[in-house]
Amino acid sequence: MRTVLSILSLVVILASLTAACSAPQPTAASRPPTAAPPRPANPELILATTTSTQDSGLLDVLLPLFQQRTGYQVKPIAVGSGQAMVMGERGEADVLLVHAPDAEKKFMADGHGTSRQLVMHNDFIIVGPTADPAVVKGAKTAGQALAKIAESRSLFLSRGDNSGTNQLELKLWKALGANPKGQPWYQETGQGMGATLNVASEKDGYTITDRATYLANKKYLTLGILVEGDKALLNVYHVIQVNPQKSVSINAAGARAFADFLVAPETQKIIGQFGADKLGSPLFFPDAGKEDEEVGG
Amino acid sequence: MDLIVDGFRQAIALMLGLDRELLRVTWLSLQVSGSATFLSLLIGIPLGTFLALNRFPGRHLVISLVNTGMGLPPVVVGLFVTIMLWRNGPLGLLHLLYTPMAMVIAQCIIAAPIVTGLTLAAMQSLNPRLRLQLLALGASRWQMLWLLVREARLPLLAAVMAGFGGVISEIGASMMVGGNILGQTRVLTTATVMETSKGNFALAIALSIVLLLLVYAINLFLTHIQQQGRAP
Repeated sequence: MRTVLSILSLVVILASLTAACSAPQPTAASRPPTAAPPRPANPELILATTTSTQDSGLLDVLLPLFQQRTGYQVKPIAVGSGQAMVMGERGEADVLLVHAPDAEKKFMADGHGTSRQLVMHNDFIIVGPTADPAVVKGAKTAGQALAKIAESRSLFLSRGDNSGTNQLELKLWKALGANPKGQPWYQETGQGMGATLNVASEKDGYTITDRATYLANKKYLTLGILVEGDKALLNVYHVIQVNPQKSVSINAAGARAFADFLVAPETQKIIGQFGADKLGSPLFFPDAGKEDEEVGG
Repeated sequence: MDLIVDGFRQAIALMLGLDRELLRVTWLSLQVSGSATFLSLLIGIPLGTFLALNRFPGRHLVISLVNTGMGLPPVVVGLFVTIMLWRNGPLGLLHLLYTPMAMVIAQCIIAAPIVTGLTLAAMQSLNPRLRLQLLALGASRWQMLWLLVREARLPLLAAVMAGFGGVISEIGASMMVGGNILGQTRVLTTATVMETSKGNFALAIALSIVLLLLVYAINLFLTHIQQQGRAP
């Protein structure tokens, strides 16, 4: 009989868990606010963004501020820029924060977005083993560096996931007139930036990374910065409001509020200071209001 | 090596300090996977019992489907549940995507075949004459089922453990249908993946240790029930 009682008590515990789970989740806005935040008609906002904004910790700083000020409840979905834009195309996201300029231009030209604004940039760097078997260090441009890697058939790790970083890398190979896909020295990880850096480090290979992710992972890597500062290596982030005609469920007002928030001078200042205290140098450079040409995007 | 030591140290510090974020993430893992396991029992035990005790055409086909389902890849479940729950998808009106409820649904789909398959095996391993004897002694159909379930409680609790173990350690579906949203759908496994990609290996190890301790505590509890009153 004791066994039966134990089983019954387990069932009761689990049932109460189910009930607790279906109860509304506490929202960030319901935490003790300094001033009562406004209550938008449709507070749920889906932000499709890249893994770099989440992995660098930037979203953890910006989103609570935005939520507290406007009352919107943001659901950030961190995926590659490629997937983020497909989510926008299908009307599954309201607003995008992405870094794949060519794909973004096509996205806008196809009418999937109503507004695209410059937010910030940082840069990509080419990193590799400190022994540098392909003698990449000192190359003036990213193109030269990749050409040397290809010539010496040194191991190169590609993201291979259609992310913004991957799209930039493929563009650089294309500009060289090279197609390394399928070569034994060219390997695709199919994973995020942090994971790809670890693979490159373990296998003594070269790769292209955004500076923020590299700095965050640096202490566990045996990779050094070999090429930086080339204009072709700029990593530019735009915020895109998804066209509300895609679907009735798109939260256009929320998307506009989020885009306005990102380009507001106060937010831009926070972006410019982010990371400076921990890593010694800022991770992102605010660019709102500038023209794309000014930052090379 | 110093990383693992660091991870242990951080895990102890987080647990002793009752870190709020850690508590929330752990509690949500327990809620989601506990609910999913509970729901999968409601489906799996009756279905497994039905399959064990009845003969009907196509039974082998159904059983082979259940057995295949025991190995359902969580990412596949995650992908299909995501597409169903998309706001422009067939069940979009429910607004469930990126909520804990969506994670419960996905995990329930993962756990239900495991519970069904193991229930089926447990019931079939009972001596078939037991059924006849119970009926001959005048048990009603429901009394007979209850006694059979009681008789099979050892392997049935193993089914509960397997189902729970399968979903609490699952990552692909939770990441896809939950979205790993801070304070809403972040659970121990998705947080571990995220901290790993952030390069916070020590914190990732700390989260893994908490997950293992949680699974151990639950299994200790279930094992205690299972082995109660048994001679060693």
